[in-house]
Amino acid sequence: MKCDILLAGVGGQGVLALAAAIAAGAMEQKLHVKQAEVHGMAQRGGAVMASLRLADRQIASDLIPRGTAEMILSMEPMESLRYLAYLAPEGTLVTSANPVRNIPDYPDLDALLGKIRGLPHAIVVDTERLARGAGSVRAANMVMVGAAMHLLPIRPEILESAVRAIFGRKGEDVVNVNLRALRAGREAARQVKGQQS
Amino acid sequence: MTEIVLLGDEAAALGAVHAGLSAAYAYPGTPSTEILEFLIRYQERHGRPHAAWCANEKTAYESALGVSYAGRRTMVSMKHVGLNVAADPFMNSALVAIHGGLVVVAADDPGMHSSQNEQDSRYFADFARILCLEPADQQETYEMTRAAFDLSERFQIPVLIRLVTRLAHSRTVVRTAEALAEKPPGKFDDGQSSWLLMPHISRRRWHELLLRQKDIYAFTESTRYNTLTLSEKRRDLGVITTGIARNYYFENIEDLAAPPSHLHVGAFPAPVEKVRRLAAFVKRIVVFEDGYPFLERQLRGMLPLPVEIQGRESGHIPADGELDPDIVRRALGLAERKRIEIPGISLAGRPPQFCAGCPHADTLKSLRMALSGFPETTVTSDIGCYTLGALPPHSAVETCVCMGASVGMAKGASEAGLHPVVAVIGDSTFLHSGITPLMDAVTANANMTLVIADNGTVAMTGTQPTILPQAQIEKVVLGVGVDPAHFHVLSTHPKLVEKNAEIIKAEIDYRGLSVIIARRECLEAVRDRKKGGAA
Repeated sequence: MKCDILLAGVGGQGVLALAAAIAAGAMEQKLHVKQAEVHGMAQRGGAVMASLRLADRQIASDLIPRGTAEMILSMEPMESLRYLAYLAPEGTLVTSANPVRNIPDYPDLDALLGKIRGLPHAIVVDTERLARGAGSVRAANMVMVGAAMHLLPIRPEILESAVRAIFGRKGEDVVNVNLRALRAGREAARQVKGQQS
Repeated sequence: MTEIVLLGDEAAALGAVHAGLSAAYAYPGTPSTEILEFLIRYQERHGRPHAAWCANEKTAYESALGVSYAGRRTMVSMKHVGLNVAADPFMNSALVAIHGGLVVVAADDPGMHSSQNEQDSRYFADFARILCLEPADQQETYEMTRAAFDLSERFQIPVLIRLVTRLAHSRTVVRTAEALAEKPPGKFDDGQSSWLLMPHISRRRWHELLLRQKDIYAFTESTRYNTLTLSEKRRDLGVITTGIARNYYFENIEDLAAPPSHLHVGAFPAPVEKVRRLAAFVKRIVVFEDGYPFLERQLRGMLPLPVEIQGRESGHIPADGELDPDIVRRALGLAERKRIEIPGISLAGRPPQFCAGCPHADTLKSLRMALSGFPETTVTSDIGCYTLGALPPHSAVETCVCMGASVGMAKGASEAGLHPVVAVIGDSTFLHSGITPLMDAVTANANMTLVIADNGTVAMTGTQPTILPQAQIEKVVLGVGVDPAHFHVLSTHPKLVEKNAEIIKAEIDYRGLSVIIARRECLEAVRDRKKGGAA
């Protein structure tokens, strides 16, 4: 078993925290994990990419080969397509529907989302609305973890305990906001899948 | 033995701690920064080892040399181009009799994710005639760094650990071994002044280093870091991997009908006998290296060969850029995997940019205003967040070459006849390499204006502290002889943009050297400070 995830987003969106939450859960489940990210210049409002590889055996490369990722998990719709070459033909693209328009030439959003929904396996989630509903827009990245949950080789209760561990220092309120965000994302993905089948 | 999740950088740091490290020094630089950040956090929790940022890589290296002279184990870490700055002590430290183990970590950046070139530090190790270890993964990074201290003391040389971005910034589980205690201080004394590189002693030390090459080669020939596996099933093809390239090869190995013969090199100088045995066994060799074709060029040499060699130099693999599993796959003759493509969609680029409210943006706005009346202007710049000022909508600076270059280049450009000429440099870059060219500019009374964009931190690499407090920078500027009448400390603020532009304009009009410090704290630094120190 292996699960390669290409994570994408814009600097400042919490992509690395998203990766860390899944990685922590995977490790608690005794999976092999490699998590590669680029620091420095790329953080400043630019495109951010990280890769997360989970497997039940030794993982060789820190980088995911193109055409093999089980999932692209993106905090931003246009960024989700930037790394499409990495997705396996049967892989799933999971993305937030909410654009970050910090550039002058952002493409037409409806056309963009139409293309994404036209992929064989795509899950588009309104993370901002769900995160706000959970108590804070800052929990958007945990909505995305929730939306990806059914595709992860990690038991939900283990992911929840990873989220508890990560936010535990910030108090019970923050933990609960993030847990609600996680569950909201999970439920949203379930609905999208229900409509598709 | 315990298991712990570590970045490649952190694995090097912990390997050093467990080897009995006494002191570590560095200047921040992507992708090496997390090494010293880890050690500083370790020191905060455990009291030891000593870990400190320095003004630049050269001063960091020299501090490490002092620790080695005192008989204790020490590490200095930097990004690849940092080794250029530290090249003087680095090259000469190969000639002294290294006493306490000295390990140099150079983190290369193939693909230039965060750098101005992709130079390969293995050449530097070869240049200095020292040992270079190139780990393939985080576990090896831990083990090799640990072992490097023993090797340094055994051969009396610094040992270079070469990392690449993908290893430095990728995390996984590392199994650690028992920690060794620090060595007590014990000053070097061999009765022969082997740390005094005056010509007559240097000649002896250089000769001895050359004689020691035999022992270094014997080590790289026998070490388990260099492994040769000959495969009777494949006499047609041999594969050589170095460092992280091995992972990309293993990623593809299952798709090969039968695995080729394979030599992996993790310790340089390369094991000559092992290379010869492989070459005698196969018809063709493919060399995979992340970086320059360092080993491939050595193999190829200039004379005709009995075996065909393919790699970056031959054109079978792209000569530049970061290696990855797909490049290795193609070079092995394996078919590309199917990919999903969406026709007719074009994605906009998303380059990095200033944070909203960044003080640099206000400084550059004032500068552009001050320069707006001139038909032609020249603005040299430097390495830091403010380099982003070269991109639209700012388009305010023109050059970025190396740490401190903005100052000397502005002086040269003005002496070549350009006017107006402005140099833009950050506070930390100024202290790293901007003071010496400023002395040149003072002496020449160069007709230029230096703008020190002072945000009180090393922002680009994650808000490490600038080596001197802000108030000291003014004293440095005035101390080297800048005329106080043409020196200003401005607060940058959106409300002050126009007023500051007028002051800058007046100094540009002055025929001579002027210096302006444009000051406001970095927003990220403020956030980190409120959180209780840089994360």
